[in-house]
Amino acid sequence: MENNDKLLEVRGLKMHFPFHAGGVLNRKKGFIYAVDGVDLSIKKGETLGLVGESGCGKSTTLRAVAQLYKPTAGKVLLKGKDLTKLPAHELLEMRKDMQIVFQDPYASLNPRMTTRDIVAEPMRIFTKAGLVTMSKTEIDERVEQLLERVGLSRYFKNRYPHEFSGGQRQRIGIARALALKPELVLCDEPVSALDVSIQSQILNLFKDLQEEFGLTYLFIAHDLAVIQYISNRIAVMYLGVIVEVSDSAELYKKPLHPYTQALLSAAPIPDPAIERKRQRILLTGDVPSPDQRRSGCYFYDRCQHRMDKCKENVPTLKDAGPGHQVACFLYHEPA
Amino acid sequence: MTDDVILQVKDLKTYFKLDEGLLKAVDGVSFELRKGETLGIVGESGSGKSVTNLALMRLVPVPPGRIAGGEVLFNGKDILKMSDAEIREVRGNKISMIFQDPMTSLNPFLRVSTQLIETLVLHQGLDKKAAKEKAIEMLKLAGIPAPEKRIDQYPHQFSGGMRQRVMIAMALSCNPEILIADEPTTALDVTIQAQILELINELSERLGTAVILITHSLGVVAGMCDNICVMYAGRIVEKGNADEIFADPKHPYTQGLIKSVPRLDRENKQRLYSIPGQPPNVINLPDCCPFFPRCERAMDICKSKYPPVSAVGKGRSVACWLYGEGK
Repeated sequence: MENNDKLLEVRGLKMHFPFHAGGVLNRKKGFIYAVDGVDLSIKKGETLGLVGESGCGKSTTLRAVAQLYKPTAGKVLLKGKDLTKLPAHELLEMRKDMQIVFQDPYASLNPRMTTRDIVAEPMRIFTKAGLVTMSKTEIDERVEQLLERVGLSRYFKNRYPHEFSGGQRQRIGIARALALKPELVLCDEPVSALDVSIQSQILNLFKDLQEEFGLTYLFIAHDLAVIQYISNRIAVMYLGVIVEVSDSAELYKKPLHPYTQALLSAAPIPDPAIERKRQRILLTGDVPSPDQRRSGCYFYDRCQHRMDKCKENVPTLKDAGPGHQVACFLYHEPA
Repeated sequence: MTDDVILQVKDLKTYFKLDEGLLKAVDGVSFELRKGETLGIVGESGSGKSVTNLALMRLVPVPPGRIAGGEVLFNGKDILKMSDAEIREVRGNKISMIFQDPMTSLNPFLRVSTQLIETLVLHQGLDKKAAKEKAIEMLKLAGIPAPEKRIDQYPHQFSGGMRQRVMIAMALSCNPEILIADEPTTALDVTIQAQILELINELSERLGTAVILITHSLGVVAGMCDNICVMYAGRIVEKGNADEIFADPKHPYTQGLIKSVPRLDRENKQRLYSIPGQPPNVINLPDCCPFFPRCERAMDICKSKYPPVSAVGKGRSVACWLYGEGK
């Protein structure tokens, strides 16, 4: 079962947040089922795109993988080791192989630190913990080298985050994530806050760095075109579960799950001639609140193809062609 | 020009006086809007697209802002010269706006009904009962289920998409001639975005409203607009029919922008184009083409003088030294 070419494997990941009634007694009222049983695996050198609408649990999944949240249940295996079971010092060591780039380049850099300190911080922490040995000059050299690699001048190292534009800040965030030479980079909507002309620069930078350093990405975005461009495989999330996983090209040619189909048909294409001819699948209603357990398929209320069996049974991910899995009773019968 | 032009903006300039210097947020913008037309204004953050539209409703905060010149002719009358009483007649009545974030543009302390009725009583002179009936009808038109019940709820009881529907209902309740939509779907998810765009399309067609759609998304523009203006650093760099601009963009910035968007309908195996460099800081911008440091086809003249607007084909124009007399 333990397969060596799988860098990251997530099994049955659940992340439930309790919410309280407030007031004097502050009783526990219930749970938000943000992530409710997610299985994922990423091969070395691969990019897995995770796509879905706001509130579907994609960022929570990433944070639970990174152990920023303690998952309610499930396993997160990085290079075969279960991160949820590791003691703190061993977890720190594993973090060297797993770094994060965040969405908001304004909030994820400390405004009181210079660029040099921001990029050097991971190296300093790990030197202090005795997990890497780098001298001050080595760290300094590496900072300059990293800044130039992500397309910033080495002379920027004494500047503060507010002196940079959004795109430049995201480059600093990427340099920081690469400082410890990680194998896996978790990217939480790294291009969503950027302008169109800057977005393509950063996407290309991610691709170049992957080729150069053999990086593996778990890449979150809500823009389907961005996800298609960057990913080898794509997982579509809805209300805390993955409803479809497929090769990137295959998913766009042959989306199986009704939600994936609607998502693809809703994404605008920048060409008036094509837009005019397109038939949209317009979903009715909003994403339901994740604070209730449902008995049937989570997409039931909004689905065009809903059947009686969808109301009572929860579909699970099942094979539907090579490298393609879908959780929908249109393609397999309830167990 | 033809009679059906309802809004004509001529050489509009809006400056902000800041500690760092003079910020020319909008620097000589001209365009026309015809009856029933949907006009898209596209540009990146800081290009001046939102300020342009605030200026034409005279909503720019003064100071630090100042409308430094130009005319905004609405049915032949200059909005910039109207008295406060006259402009109140126009705002929310003849021209209405919807904004990006429907949560901050609705008053969280007031019921939706209060906010909708206020507009109708003020502009349409209806009594409260008639206004409420009309408000329910508008909510129904905007696709809100059970409007009789929902109307007495507060904004936080609505989801993002539903709040935007309330905004649209409110904006269209006085049957305006122009609807200005400033990034109406940017805060929304794709499936909800598709619903809202469809709604704007359908209602504007039914009510004969002209729409100015401000967005950074080329995909949204492609699906919605008849004509577009592309803005860069406070000016319109290219203007014309949407189909023609997408098929054959003239300005190097438009060309770069269209090429740098990943597209769903193509197998994106080849590398995405990207425009090098950063958008310019518009404070104390010299009188040159602001795009020249990022332009692949920059010439000497681009560094010394702002290019004049040249006509390229019917109804199309471009501000670039590669075209027209500058060539």
